[in-house]
Amino acid sequence: MMSAMTATYEDALALARRSVTDIRYPVVKTYTLDPIWVLYDRVLRIDPRRPDDPARDRFLLSKGHGPSAYYAVLAAKGFFPEEWLDSIADVDSRLGSHPDATLVPGAEISAGSLGHGLPLGVGLALGLRAKGYDSQVYVLVGDAELDEGSNHEAIAYAGATGLPNLHVIAADNGSASHGWPGGIESRFTVNGWTGSTVDSADHDALYASLTEPHPDGPRVTVAVSTATPHA
Amino acid sequence: MFRSHPLDSEIQDRTMREAFGAHAGALVARDPRVAVVLADISTDLFTEAAAAHPDRVVNVGIREQLLVGAAGGLALAGLRPIAHTYAPFLVERAFEQVKLDFEHQGTSGVLVSVGASYDWAEGSYTHFSPRDVALFDTLPGWRVLVPGHADEVPALLDRAVDGPEGAYLRLSLRHNASAHAGADGDLRVLREGSRAAVIAVGPLLDNTLAATEGLDVTVAYTNTPRPLDTEGLRDLASRTGNTVVLVEPYLEGTSAAVASAALADRPHRLLSVGVGRAELRRYGTADDHEHLHGLDAEGIAARLKAFL
Repeated sequence: MMSAMTATYEDALALARRSVTDIRYPVVKTYTLDPIWVLYDRVLRIDPRRPDDPARDRFLLSKGHGPSAYYAVLAAKGFFPEEWLDSIADVDSRLGSHPDATLVPGAEISAGSLGHGLPLGVGLALGLRAKGYDSQVYVLVGDAELDEGSNHEAIAYAGATGLPNLHVIAADNGSASHGWPGGIESRFTVNGWTGSTVDSADHDALYASLTEPHPDGPRVTVAVSTATPHA
Repeated sequence: MFRSHPLDSEIQDRTMREAFGAHAGALVARDPRVAVVLADISTDLFTEAAAAHPDRVVNVGIREQLLVGAAGGLALAGLRPIAHTYAPFLVERAFEQVKLDFEHQGTSGVLVSVGASYDWAEGSYTHFSPRDVALFDTLPGWRVLVPGHADEVPALLDRAVDGPEGAYLRLSLRHNASAHAGADGDLRVLREGSRAAVIAVGPLLDNTLAATEGLDVTVAYTNTPRPLDTEGLRDLASRTGNTVVLVEPYLEGTSAAVASAALADRPHRLLSVGVGRAELRRYGTADDHEHLHGLDAEGIAARLKAFL
């Protein structure tokens, strides 16, 4: 049993491999591990002992399919016992193939249907600002999830109104059927977001982009998965 | 020549929408939990509130998925969101957001529509929303509030905002001559008789009262159809030969399952009167459509007499 304080990326990767939840996505199941790990390990102001602190940062896994990496990081960081990973998707398990926020300690939203996390994140960012918190809201979407039009409603609005406490991580494993000619980042920056595109295996580059100040509007980090997927 | 406006009425001193705007603005000023999300509709009613509270009164533009999703996000932040736009776009276009972005997240919110079933008749089918209440019946826990008069709106909005559960407030340009109920949820008996209990919802009360003139029936009113006052319904039914008539300003039969379940322990007769399913492909006025659906006094009376 590892300590949540000392858990490493390798520990999280091992936990993710331990929790093969979704046989439909056996290869890509952990491609989101890099950005989620960097967020929980180095960026987010969240204390697993006080997961309901209203002033905490928020991470919204919009792309709820294949949540092995997410569950692994939450377990590694001590939100719930790692033993829970061994019974994923059992009838009595709190962990399913799509996360349910009312069942998973540390999960901010229930996900599964694509295209809900970013509009929820916009409202959450508005609400936290209205309440006077400087909390940051990070939303992870997949490149294929961006096909859903609801994302583009949110991207346009958040850019036009300059929501500075919103940050999107677009995990790009090249799975969008029709691709994004001109690049994913441009979909955001044309709407007034700042952004950068990084190799998701480069954790320092991820960290730099995720912590780059963006006082005048929202920011996107496109995390491109180029390495051999975690099998 | 186009004759009517989708949102306003020249002959009403104050529409339900205007009553909503004024009261919601006051709630925003009074309660730091309350937030209003708009999608270009009714922004004129929230100019002052938006200037005073720009973080809690926002207009997302013509983006209904974002309208409902952002309201869900505000709820996640601990605020009480009120999302508002034209009925078919609020409920039907964004129904998956209604389904997933509140209750499924462990939160709730307030949705306030305008347009109802045929308010803007010349706008026709795209702007008609007779299915909305039936859709809420497919989701757990939503309260549905259907005022019959602008003066009923403030108390209903208070109830929607105060409650912990989701609430759908259905505003219309159709209205009764006067207000009839607060927001206590009970069926309000306006006339007593013995042959049937006629339950009128929201703005169809006046037509129902006119239709039952001279008939030996009980007429009761509600502007809080969900949860329906089933105890009151059972009581009224037991005094009227377990003969019940539901007159609803949305899809006919919407409440039949609720009434039927409430009366499952006894033989009973039930007539549902409401908006028809067929697409009429007609324009004209809301009065015209009320007539075409058999929801004017003459139409309701004909259905009643055939049933009794």
